[in-house]
Amino acid sequence: MNLTKEKKSMSTASSSVGWKAGDVVPDQFPAGLRVLVVDDEPTWLMVLEKMLRNCLYEVTKCNRAETALSLLRENKNGYDIVISDVHMPEMDGFELLEHIGLEMDVPVIMMSADGEKNVVMKGVIRGACDYLIKPVGMEALKNIWQHVVRKKRNVWKHLEQSGSVEEGDRQQKQSEDVDHSSSANAGNRRNSKKRKDEEEDAEERDDTSTLKKPRVVWSVELHQQFVAAVNQLGIDKAVPKKILELMNVPGLTRENVASHLQKYRLYLRRSSGVSQHQNNLNSGFITPQEATYGPLSSLNGLDLQTLAATGQLPAQSLATLQAAGIGRSVVKSRIPMPIVDQRNLFSFEFPKLRIGDGQQQQLSTGKPMNLLHGIPTTLEPKQLANLHHSAQSLGSMNMQVNAHGSQGGQNNSSLMQISQSQSRGQTLNEATGNHVPTLLPSSMAQPILSNPVVGGVLARNGLTENGRGTEYNLVSQSSSMLNFPLNSAAELSNNSFPLGTSPGISSLTSKGVPQEEVSSEIKGSVGFMPSYDIFSDLNQHKSHDWELHNVGMTFNASQQNNSLQSNLDIGPSVLSHQGFSSSRRTGQNSNISAVGKPMFTAGDASERVNAQDVGHFNTFFADNSVRVKSEIVSDANCQINIFPEQFGQEDLMSTLLKQQQQGHIASAENEFDFDGYPLDNMPV
Amino acid sequence: MERNQLHRLVALSRQPLFDQGFLDEQFLQLEELQDDANPNFVEEVVTLYYRDSARLILNIEQALERNPLDFNKLDILMHQFKGSSSSIGAKKVKAECTFFRENCRAGNGEGCIRTFQQLKKEYATLRKKLEAYFQLRLHAAPSEKSVAEEEMAGIHLKMFLVSEAL
Repeated sequence: MNLTKEKKSMSTASSSVGWKAGDVVPDQFPAGLRVLVVDDEPTWLMVLEKMLRNCLYEVTKCNRAETALSLLRENKNGYDIVISDVHMPEMDGFELLEHIGLEMDVPVIMMSADGEKNVVMKGVIRGACDYLIKPVGMEALKNIWQHVVRKKRNVWKHLEQSGSVEEGDRQQKQSEDVDHSSSANAGNRRNSKKRKDEEEDAEERDDTSTLKKPRVVWSVELHQQFVAAVNQLGIDKAVPKKILELMNVPGLTRENVASHLQKYRLYLRRSSGVSQHQNNLNSGFITPQEATYGPLSSLNGLDLQTLAATGQLPAQSLATLQAAGIGRSVVKSRIPMPIVDQRNLFSFEFPKLRIGDGQQQQLSTGKPMNLLHGIPTTLEPKQLANLHHSAQSLGSMNMQVNAHGSQGGQNNSSLMQISQSQSRGQTLNEATGNHVPTLLPSSMAQPILSNPVVGGVLARNGLTENGRGTEYNLVSQSSSMLNFPLNSAAELSNNSFPLGTSPGISSLTSKGVPQEEVSSEIKGSVGFMPSYDIFSDLNQHKSHDWELHNVGMTFNASQQNNSLQSNLDIGPSVLSHQGFSSSRRTGQNSNISAVGKPMFTAGDASERVNAQDVGHFNTFFADNSVRVKSEIVSDANCQINIFPEQFGQEDLMSTLLKQQQQGHIASAENEFDFDGYPLDNMPV
Repeated sequence: MERNQLHRLVALSRQPLFDQGFLDEQFLQLEELQDDANPNFVEEVVTLYYRDSARLILNIEQALERNPLDFNKLDILMHQFKGSSSSIGAKKVKAECTFFRENCRAGNGEGCIRTFQQLKKEYATLRKKLEAYFQLRLHAAPSEKSVAEEEMAGIHLKMFLVSEAL
């Protein structure tokens, strides 16, 4: 059934739902429904294909999410519905779901033998229109066409009401389906639609009123324009209004952009967390590290990596950060350092991180994406700013992360140094004592996907301190700036990253978000703030016995110094994996040897994030949204000990976890989780 | 023996598999999916299952030889194995998978090894029974059989049933 054609024609039509002439005769609907089924288990794939064929659907099967995504990208309107398993190697179903939600508005049904509430909730929150528990029966599959119809109806309704807007006749965002359950009927549809509208209203409310906006379908092209605009503006400056202006797409409203931005940020945040499988996303940014960094690295690593990359954080620091971030990340361990690589986070995020040069480069947002996967996007801008300021973006971040709370004097001092150097530099936030930019991202369990965030975090931490008042108090104050990133990242990212890990990170919360806008935005979407605040408390502790401190990543919050400046060259995988000495825990903080290739190729590398998967997001960040002034890590004195995988992740983890648990991190995380996700569904 | 009788015998022969808990409703679903377009669908799926599960078993064995044990990896592998087994309705095997995963989550290495041995046994038993069942089905399939051949098929079926009963 050529739904696309029908849709197009529908846009001008009235609200009839019938399929116009297409490939499928309306009477035969749902026969001919084009289904894309994704499952890594060959037996299930065969069984599902047969079942779907028996329903008279047109079935395409693939056993990898990446394959599915490229199929969808090649032929945007080639499929009416996607059914995907949740647990798959590399990219898992949730990640695929997010990508699809952002790039092409096709309904997605999740499937799994795992029927646990949390897992189902994740699917719902990310916009799945249904969740089937295996073993899946024919009856369940026979009804999947309802999701397709529902979506179309919503699109039409919108179009009718508001006149077309967006790109035309695209389908509505998948988010609409969030409300719907598989058993929804027409009545429910209307109800859910209303609900959705309400949500939209609530979320998007801005200047417009109750008028429902037509749904914008974010095509790949549009999204790329969006990403380019964000990158151009810089993640910290990327406010919907400006993005809108830059994009210059007729019919697109500020609200559309705002909601998409939120989604994007959440995506970044999450992707860092998910990244274990993100390998493909990151084009090997941190490949070398991949192997080494274990779960810890994932989140922490990401941040660290990012930092490393950007700020040339020493691998050690990265490791440390990772370890620090372990709290969350470890648990999550989803994002091993490698993920960071994958994510191109680093590459994208901090393309411009030039640590050491004192240049304040913004981390490209692209990178941040990867880095701070879980980190709220809002942070990103700020963080980027911070990074810039702290110039140590990565470096500082790492430092901060490692710095955690500067536990020991040694650590603290090193942190201090780092932070100082960082802050000296271009503290993004102008924060004077920027603490080492908390590598929030890294620590945040999530792979520092959220480059911008990471950048921001880093930057912030280091830099901010002074609170520009922005929400991120990047570790500025605490020596453990690094910690901050970890901690905050964790919190922010929702991905249960142990945000609390880095004491220093707390500074993130409020410190200087350079851009007001950014901060506000961040606040809004991220809800990150809370986590940061927590960190502030942590920061106070300085003697946080976070392992990060030991790691030497301790960047004191006050670092203004830009010693950390390092060039963030984001080289894939630079992260330091290699470069970082495992001084983790050793509190060597003295040098932040930016890891191999700083994750953020500040400036240069630009974002070419290899994260292909990150796809458009990369571009998004690529530029410099995370302009983390790379003062990160450049400091020789601060040794960012990125925890190489050999690092006692478990130890770190437990430490981090402990902190987390005590802290709000957990709660923040949870809250965040819920807060964040709905945003995804925010209708544009 | 009449075709009907053969078919009934075939149907009977698989009943114990259900009664004894080796297979569950999912297997019935597979049989329902079989049609003229895919007359050997069930057997194809089961063959695919053998291949996939053999690979997973090998991976798990290798993982169990490592020291220290990577419980996370073992859990992931077993999750895949369980998923695969559920696709054909391998009930007992699935149950063993669950035990194994519990041991993984508890970090109980010995428990893992023990349950894995048990799982392999159940898996081997199921395979044997399924293979016998398919053999019977083959015998009973409509074909250009002579009366004598059909008689032989019938006898085989009866013998099978008797052996199952024992």
